[in-house]
Amino acid sequence: MAMAAASSTLPAYHGLRGSPSANAKSKLSCVSANPPSRVVVRALASKPWAASKTLRQVAAHATAVASKEAVSSSSSSQGGHELLMFEALREGLGEEMERDPNVCVIGEDVGDYGGSYKVTKGFSEKFGSWRVLDTPIAENSFTGMAIGAAMTGLRPVVEGMNMGFLLLAYNQIANNCGMLHYTSGGQFTIPVVIRGPGGVGRQLGAEHSQRLESYFQSVPGLQMVACSTPYNAKGLMKAAIRCENPVILYEHVLLYNLKEKIPDEEYTCCLEEAEMVRPGTDITILTYSRMRYHVTQAAKTLVDRGYDPEIIDIRSLKPFDMYTIGESVKKTHRVLIVEECMRTGGIGASLRSAIMESFWDELDGPIGCLSSQDVPTPYSGPLEELTVVQPHQIVTAVENLCGKK
Amino acid sequence: MALRQAWQKAGKVLNGGALVSPGSTFARALSTSSDPLTLEIPVPFKGHKVDPPSSTVETSAAELVDFFRTMFVMRRMEIAADSLYKSKFIRGFCHLYDGQEAVCVGMEAALNDKDCIITAYRDHCTHLGRGGTVLEVFAELMGRKDGCSLGKGGSMHMYNKKGGFYGGNGIVGAQTPLGAGLAFAQKYLKVDGVTLAMYGDGAANQGQLFEAMNISALWDLPVIYVCENNHYGMGTAEWRSAKSPEYYKRGDYVPGLKVDGMDCLAVKQAVKFAKEYSLKNGPMVLEMDTYRYHGHSMSDPGSTYRTRDEISGVRQERDPIERIRKLLLSHEFASVADLKAIEKEAKKEVEDALAKAKESPSPDAPELFSHIYRKSYGAEAYGADRKESTVKLP
Repeated sequence: MAMAAASSTLPAYHGLRGSPSANAKSKLSCVSANPPSRVVVRALASKPWAASKTLRQVAAHATAVASKEAVSSSSSSQGGHELLMFEALREGLGEEMERDPNVCVIGEDVGDYGGSYKVTKGFSEKFGSWRVLDTPIAENSFTGMAIGAAMTGLRPVVEGMNMGFLLLAYNQIANNCGMLHYTSGGQFTIPVVIRGPGGVGRQLGAEHSQRLESYFQSVPGLQMVACSTPYNAKGLMKAAIRCENPVILYEHVLLYNLKEKIPDEEYTCCLEEAEMVRPGTDITILTYSRMRYHVTQAAKTLVDRGYDPEIIDIRSLKPFDMYTIGESVKKTHRVLIVEECMRTGGIGASLRSAIMESFWDELDGPIGCLSSQDVPTPYSGPLEELTVVQPHQIVTAVENLCGKK
Repeated sequence: MALRQAWQKAGKVLNGGALVSPGSTFARALSTSSDPLTLEIPVPFKGHKVDPPSSTVETSAAELVDFFRTMFVMRRMEIAADSLYKSKFIRGFCHLYDGQEAVCVGMEAALNDKDCIITAYRDHCTHLGRGGTVLEVFAELMGRKDGCSLGKGGSMHMYNKKGGFYGGNGIVGAQTPLGAGLAFAQKYLKVDGVTLAMYGDGAANQGQLFEAMNISALWDLPVIYVCENNHYGMGTAEWRSAKSPEYYKRGDYVPGLKVDGMDCLAVKQAVKFAKEYSLKNGPMVLEMDTYRYHGHSMSDPGSTYRTRDEISGVRQERDPIERIRKLLLSHEFASVADLKAIEKEAKKEVEDALAKAKESPSPDAPELFSHIYRKSYGAEAYGADRKESTVKLP
């Protein structure tokens, strides 16, 4: 079978895709059923108490990573419905809350106000104030409370009104959330989801433009994912809630109003997998969250100039999907990372060294990395634009790495 | 309690109220009667926004003997840990609980398995009280496989899921919101239990404690904040770190009770009272006035910020084990010889556990990477060089 052949050619240390489990009874698993460049993934329900859907029903309906044909998986279903990203997040969260009575939401203004970005609008009326908890401004303690509740088996979803506020809960997230499973010798799991908008917005000022993925990436025991489209936002939200590990779901302030058509059927996305946005042959561009759109915009110019970039939305910030990335590097031999983190200590920095370490022989040149400037985000509009990577910079970087055409 | 069950399993035969130990010639003396017995608590409770409970407590001879034995095992365990540390079997930080045993033993007498306890790093005895074994504690302290956290947690990270003991936390104060979260889960899942979130006089100044108190008071969570006030936050006396060292009053709108923490019976009464209150009305603060004989940890001699006279004074006048001993002897529930026999038993139990723990092996190398992620996706952690172990999806 194609998959067996693919896995046997993998060197041992790229085993993000191990041998596929054909055993349908396994917990949520990602099974690759096609040759590496085209991946369709089936996700199975992990909990027996999904009263309304049997395992088989859910398995039949779930699709995840974009296939070669469809740039976005959303067009693969017959009907589908169009919505904005914050509505997709809301749908995913609402479906999980209906499915599992142990899921609750905790955060500032998530209840009566409906969430500062309307992700929990209507939930308070629907699920009651005991499942949608309005907290005082006390990130350290309500994150700690969510972790404590998760130790008993509840599945809280913590909303940081802005991810930057979660810096106040850094101790809880780093020491308790990430480490309790290990320090208790496996006795306790912390199935908590921490989500919220981050990233550089429109002149929000330095303290409200934080990119927390660079601060949390070293914490062992956490999984981190970044959503970028309504499709993957809903899928990742659902998968994150079902995951037994603590997951940080990074949303972006500027992406909440993205519109896309998503399937009517239930689906989840695989938390550890990257998404192929545009297959290509000249260069691998790795990106995530908002920068995906700057990259796709730059890609239009690049294609006009005769380049064929392969764009991958890495989605999983911890652990990296080294399989998908590796297969791409072996094809194109050039890498450009485009991220919104700051230059120092960002996701790009870690990804760059991981790729260099594992795929040195495949590279024709140094790995490029475009990051935000190492400055507090200024308020002034033009200055703020200079802080983050812009499409024309991406075009220039690709031209430098690939040579002029 | 696990210790009592273990004791009974050790081959002693309950004989109509009197405990007969094989070869003992004092069959009649040691009373294990469960007949109710009322005693007066000498040091009165002090209440803040609540009427304190009565100072008349109900107990029984059997319970007093149990207290004595349990506390003695704990004391021996901590002293053994002291020597283990000095002979370098235990490394890193080791915070000993001797002197404070009455708090955890008294608490357990008022709690059941639906209740949860979470505390900071001075947790060896709390772990024992929640159903842990001495072997588990020693093995964990020495970083061996048979430890309660498989050797990966150490002194400050002991947990017992079955017994409802949620650790064991290194960063003091952080456990109080965790405790509020446990209470939230109890209320959410409609479990008829309370959570005791324990902290010390040092951590009483942490902001997150007040945040947690605020939220738990708002939502009427069944959490009891227990401040084990041993009067020193490492080297800083309470009058130097707290503007108001009346910790039971610092909850402001949260009612509080000050308790003599060296008296098992007072602690039992207070926790019983607080549990009833908390299940109906929300949080309460209990300040346990207690004392630690050792320094803050094994690297602290404990005598640079307090006088040896103070330490020996407390030992003579307020020692929790001696208090129970006097009660047992004065009520003639046990003779001096009986108590000696119990002590000898306890010492042996601790020594046997220690010997067994010393034989336990260190965890194997692959254990380094286990329990980072729970295998929901068959995920195992990366090795640092990404070559040894990988993230595998099933």
